Amino acid sequence: MSNEKMTEKLKVIGKPQPKIDAGIRITGKAVYGQDIKLPYMLYGAILRSEHPYSGFSIDVSEAKKLEGVVCVITADDVDCNNISYRKDHPILKKGEVNCLRDEIAAVAAESKEIAVQALKLIKVNYKPGHGIYDPFEALKPEARIINKYLKDTGQGKNISHKFLYEHGNLDEEKRKSKEIVSNRFVLPRVTHCCLATSNITADFSPVTKRLTLYSSTQVPFLYQRDMAHALKINPSDIRVVQVVIGGGFGSKLDMYPFEPIAAILSMKTCRPVQIIFDREEEFIASPTRQAMVMDIEAGIDKNGRFTFREANIVIDNGAYTSWGATTPFVMMQTFSSLYHVPACRFESKAVYTNNVYAGSFRGYGNPQATFALESTIDLLAEKLGMSKTEMRLINANFKGETSGQGLTYYTCGHKEALEMVIDKSKNQNSEFGIRNEKRFLFGTGYASMLHVGGGAKIYRSDGCGTRVNLDDYGHLTIITGSTEIGQGSETVLAMLASEELSIPISKIKVINTDTDVKPWDVGVHASRTTFVAGNSLLGAISKLKIKLIKKAAEILQCTIDELIFVNEEIKSEHKNNSVRIEKVVREIHFSQPNELCTENFFYEPSSEFQDKDYKGNVSGAYAFAAQAVKVEVDTYTGNVKVLDVYVAQDVGKVLNPMGLTGQIEGGVLMGVGYGISEELMVENGRILNPNFHNYKMLTASDVPNIHFYPIETNDSQGPYGAKGMAEAPLIPTAAAIANAVADAIQARIYSLPVTPEKILKALKEKNIKHK
Amino acid sequence: MKKNSPIAKLITFTVNGKEFTRYVIQSMLLIDLIRDELGLTGTKTGCLEGECGACSVLLNGAAINSCLFLAINVEGHEITTIEGFSTGEKMDEVQTAMIQNGAVQCGFCSSGMAVSIKSMQTRSRNESRIPTRHEIQKGLEGNLCRCTGYIKIIEAAGEILNK
Repeated sequence: MSNEKMTEKLKVIGKPQPKIDAGIRITGKAVYGQDIKLPYMLYGAILRSEHPYSGFSIDVSEAKKLEGVVCVITADDVDCNNISYRKDHPILKKGEVNCLRDEIAAVAAESKEIAVQALKLIKVNYKPGHGIYDPFEALKPEARIINKYLKDTGQGKNISHKFLYEHGNLDEEKRKSKEIVSNRFVLPRVTHCCLATSNITADFSPVTKRLTLYSSTQVPFLYQRDMAHALKINPSDIRVVQVVIGGGFGSKLDMYPFEPIAAILSMKTCRPVQIIFDREEEFIASPTRQAMVMDIEAGIDKNGRFTFREANIVIDNGAYTSWGATTPFVMMQTFSSLYHVPACRFESKAVYTNNVYAGSFRGYGNPQATFALESTIDLLAEKLGMSKTEMRLINANFKGETSGQGLTYYTCGHKEALEMVIDKSKNQNSEFGIRNEKRFLFGTGYASMLHVGGGAKIYRSDGCGTRVNLDDYGHLTIITGSTEIGQGSETVLAMLASEELSIPISKIKVINTDTDVKPWDVGVHASRTTFVAGNSLLGAISKLKIKLIKKAAEILQCTIDELIFVNEEIKSEHKNNSVRIEKVVREIHFSQPNELCTENFFYEPSSEFQDKDYKGNVSGAYAFAAQAVKVEVDTYTGNVKVLDVYVAQDVGKVLNPMGLTGQIEGGVLMGVGYGISEELMVENGRILNPNFHNYKMLTASDVPNIHFYPIETNDSQGPYGAKGMAEAPLIPTAAAIANAVADAIQARIYSLPVTPEKILKALKEKNIKHK
Repeated sequence: MKKNSPIAKLITFTVNGKEFTRYVIQSMLLIDLIRDELGLTGTKTGCLEGECGACSVLLNGAAINSCLFLAINVEGHEITTIEGFSTGEKMDEVQTAMIQNGAVQCGFCSSGMAVSIKSMQTRSRNESRIPTRHEIQKGLEGNLCRCTGYIKIIEAAGEILNK
């Protein structure tokens, strides 16, 4: 069936659908981690280091004496394995602290106030030393070893994780190059700012010896395994119940020390223990996007075709490792495969420092890589004297291309996306250029992005399980391994099921929060849920439909191939008679041989593991996007106003236009913040702005006009043709803003955020040069 | 707390249309009275320093940050929390507009957003004047949201305020 015909017949897919869980969230009935109160519950609090690098001794005797304190623990009281994939992170630190987040003691008390008071009674004797806060210092031969827990990886001193990737003949491509540019780009620390702070409620039962965790994790099954390893208990004795999650954006991909600490306090007291961060603690003790320095060299031939790229990247890992140290997996894709490029060399080192550690954040390294690459492309265009849009168009990725890294684009809307934003941004939609005082300068910038759109085969399985159950009254329950973090996955799953079975969305429930109930899934990350959980659901439903149709054919006395699902009925197209789905279910359930209308399905994407050289088709599909941004720069104040953001994105197929635009707008604004306003400022290991007053998250007044043009390439691998899309809108925004600012002021800022200070400095330097 | 003391005071106030008389510790924040004492957890704690607006409630119809307000100061006043917006099955038009416009994602800021929109609606009706889009944006400045990029919230507010 042609796509047009298929779309014509769709009743649910492609129509705007409000989130099915919006009602409970907007009436105050949703239970977030902050709202959990269990019987006999204790309140936990953590004492963190006062110094980024110091020896210490600790005395908790006074805290233990305080009335209402039930338990105080330090490293001496616990027998745990280190956490993180590098196993370089002790839950409680002993004798030495290596960053300001370091947990040195924890208490459980009858009230929050008593817990906080108890922390103040803990006496710590610090012997501060000279910390290493610059990764380049940490790489020097004379530098001391920062993380003593990392087993020697053979990658070099103070290096947590090194990546080296190459394709093509670099030397030859350098020789072919007409122009080469070489620059250093510097990226800041930014943080997630989830509106709900980190939280955990742990409940250990001394009777069953089982541990229940009410958690905001994005990856419940990996979390269960990691927690079991940390606590030295059996994973099956841990039940993870996911609370309603008040924002994720990647921050809940790792398990952090506060979570096993709560579990230990619960195991020691045999009472539930809750730990909730306050906002300052959230800024200090939750992970950040990677700060990094990127040295990029790239070339272009006389016709404007890219020849090679060479990237050398030093990432500030902080004191311990999180999944964030693997962001080069994604960054190298952008350098190797965004726009066609014959040769690429990529090297990155995640380097330990005594700074707070970085974690995973929406886009997973890609916003950083895209900023450096797209700035470089503008610089190449300027040097060659070619139009920036033309250069992007002739090098765009294309359908059927296999990139140097082995990514195969079965569908690809890159060129279409570029053409769309180039064309649309020509229109005069806003205040662009209307102020003709010399004080204001206007500019337009472009950037593209490539990201996985069909999962990412990084873990041993990238799959998702689904169980579907039709009850005797024709209502469907979807039990999915996937996780809702506000992004709208429950709604998209309900829409897919509704489309398939002709059951209205009001009769569909989605259950997805309990590891004791739901089938396995690797977690919500890599923009994978619609693609992977969607395909998994369709697999389960197709099994269910076979069961229903067989019985319906018996009832209607017809052949199975003439039956269709319409208006909650199974209908014979030829005979024009039909039977209610619920009646078919009851026939299956109550007649011999009795059966339930339940099916299971596990979907594993067709993607491959990359080999030791990081080559291979790692995702089931790839998402492409282009953005054009128009800015106004005030040359008196250096202030940048983002006026318009034009977004064209290959989403495969629009499933829920309302959810889709919600993700696009949210992502773009997060990207604008990364571009112009957000930076977690760290000086000698200390965070200078751990609050919303000084960390500038954008508000409703800062919203630009966002013009969104979805591009449908109907990927045969995706559910109804859809690809992953939710990280993408954030990825090219800061890059396009930086290019727009450079276009406006005719000088380039090589670091983010593009602040008024940097702009005024660049303008001053430009004027000096011209004088 | 049984009687008036230097640290506790007996006060009478209305929450969601129901009158309460309670002894309240003088240093208690309104948000703690609402969440911990009355169990109305739809009001959210986002920052406890008046920056994020997740804890917004209506005080006599106008939005305030309940984290910056002492509980004893509600004496004789009327508080409305998100739980007071809907009566039985029927949701308030602000809630419906937010759902229908896709203004709710993770939902943690949503109670506070609804309170701010309601507050603008009341003011707009009292002044018989429809705020501009720019004024709506300014009116929502005190409520942070990390998910939506605000556009759908502004649209929901616009729909309500243009009625």
